[in-house]
Amino acid sequence: MAILEFEKPLYEIEEKIQELKKISESSGMDVSDQIETFEKQALEYKKELYSKLTPAQRLQIARHADRPTFLDYIKLMTTDFIELHGDREGTDDRAIIGGIAKIDGQSVVIIGTQKGKTTKENLIYNFGMPQPQGYRKALRLFYHANKFNLPIVTLIDTPGAYPGMKAEETAQGTAIAVNLREMAKLNVPIVAIITGEGCSGGALGLAVADRVLMLEHSYYTVISPEGCASILWRDASKADVAAEALKITSEDLLKLEIIDGIVKEPLGGAHNDYEAMGKELKNAIIKEIKELKGLEPKTLRDERYNKFRRMGVFCQ
Amino acid sequence: MTVKDWFEQRKEMQIARRNQDAQIDDSIGKLWVKCYNCNAQLLRKEVEENLDVCPKCGYHFRINARTRINQLFDEGSFEELFGNITTADPLEFSDTEAYKKRITQAKAKTNMNEAVISGVGKIDGYEVAAAVMDFEFMGGSMGSVVGEKVTLAMEEALKRKIPMIAVTASGGARMQESILSLMQMAKTSCAVARLNEAGLLYITVLTEPTFGGVTASFATLGDIIIAEQDARIGFAGRRVIEQTIRQSLPADFQTANYLMKYGQIDMISSRAELKSTLAKLISLHTK
Repeated sequence: MAILEFEKPLYEIEEKIQELKKISESSGMDVSDQIETFEKQALEYKKELYSKLTPAQRLQIARHADRPTFLDYIKLMTTDFIELHGDREGTDDRAIIGGIAKIDGQSVVIIGTQKGKTTKENLIYNFGMPQPQGYRKALRLFYHANKFNLPIVTLIDTPGAYPGMKAEETAQGTAIAVNLREMAKLNVPIVAIITGEGCSGGALGLAVADRVLMLEHSYYTVISPEGCASILWRDASKADVAAEALKITSEDLLKLEIIDGIVKEPLGGAHNDYEAMGKELKNAIIKEIKELKGLEPKTLRDERYNKFRRMGVFCQ
Repeated sequence: MTVKDWFEQRKEMQIARRNQDAQIDDSIGKLWVKCYNCNAQLLRKEVEENLDVCPKCGYHFRINARTRINQLFDEGSFEELFGNITTADPLEFSDTEAYKKRITQAKAKTNMNEAVISGVGKIDGYEVAAAVMDFEFMGGSMGSVVGEKVTLAMEEALKRKIPMIAVTASGGARMQESILSLMQMAKTSCAVARLNEAGLLYITVLTEPTFGGVTASFATLGDIIIAEQDARIGFAGRRVIEQTIRQSLPADFQTANYLMKYGQIDMISSRAELKSTLAKLISLHTK
């Protein structure tokens, strides 16, 4: 597993503990008391370390190569998943995957951006950067959910919509805009979760939802800290400063009333314990759908409208 | 005349010409303007009388929101609304300069208090609600105030049951308000959904330049989308795309003509024809 720079001291301690265990086994000396003390200290240190991370450090967890992807969550949280392919206009964008599945017995339409864990996978999924056709596939599936009265769940982990020539020619901006508008019209509950990177319009294009949740170490922003730094500071190396200034952490966004809740991650981040992460997220989704399912379509739409209508801070 | 004399004379003439050029440059901003497209030196008054279009080559200069309003609406008919809504600095943002200071500077430079003017007015007698953006105010970027005033204009259209016109000019979302700016895309698009549900006509006029979060929200959601001649319109910026795909892009990439070719807009209008085009479209949708 890839070890992040700031985690190195932690791994050194853990290595020492392992060594100690080996020595104790081979020499027959009983050092279990010391090992236990060290392990306790290591855990304390770990808790301390992860509770005091800077936004830039958390960004690294959100982008961790081993972070669970959409297809991992499908396996961890759902049963009977059937993928539905294609935008019906000539393309099946692999950066957005969608289908129908059951979560705790409830049929849902579930859609998400997909990243790879290897270079080969990333080439297939285009690093989780959708083309306009991906947003159009998502839209088609939104309509499907609407028609059959199925709740919608979206999982978002994207560095942004793809900035390419063909993407522009086939109207990337329009594709996102149409999703924002059409999501406002849907009669079924929508729950969106930022699971890793929630970057810009590319993330929002799946996130005009009744409930928006974030995983603890995920981030959600108008522009990547690197992009912001190179435009406003004219210096990409100021990304850490930009990450701080942009207020991109789940706690910041809860405070700003942009999101509705935070889903706790296993200590050290989601990649440390897939099972626990999947269970935690599944429970959060079930809870939100249960609350929303009883609402009349008009109430749902009105409350969704009012939720986004309130956003923004200005003087009057 | 020796060869040496000839060179001397030529040099003196060059210096004299350069001084003359400098005098013209000094008066730029007063009497003269230079066309970016054909490089012609033009009398400012002549350009202004021609709707800020180059009389020589027809290039459409960028215009600010107030000029646009004067050109588009029947004289004296435009009533500005929601002008009391002004910028806050919720994140206390500061990059190489504080956001508050940037706002103060933008206000002084443009004599506007934000990057959009909302209101109601008449186009050839037809009452419409409108939001007109101003690129000179922080690149027309959309933060909380722009999102709110665009939404309020749409809600005014709903209240009065009249068409809505949005004239866009924007580099995209305003980074200094971070996530709050992103949410303005959702807010304005949700308001368009309401216009749709009420069956009200919504026309967008995309002007030079319209990019990023504005393109990916209310700008491209018009029932009818008009691009003004010479406008550049896109989602991602040219430079970002070139860096990503590592190849150079065609010269006409993201121009109004390019978008027309790819079926993204209904029409391209010259500035001179814009008002009559809007009036005709509204009349065709009036029972």
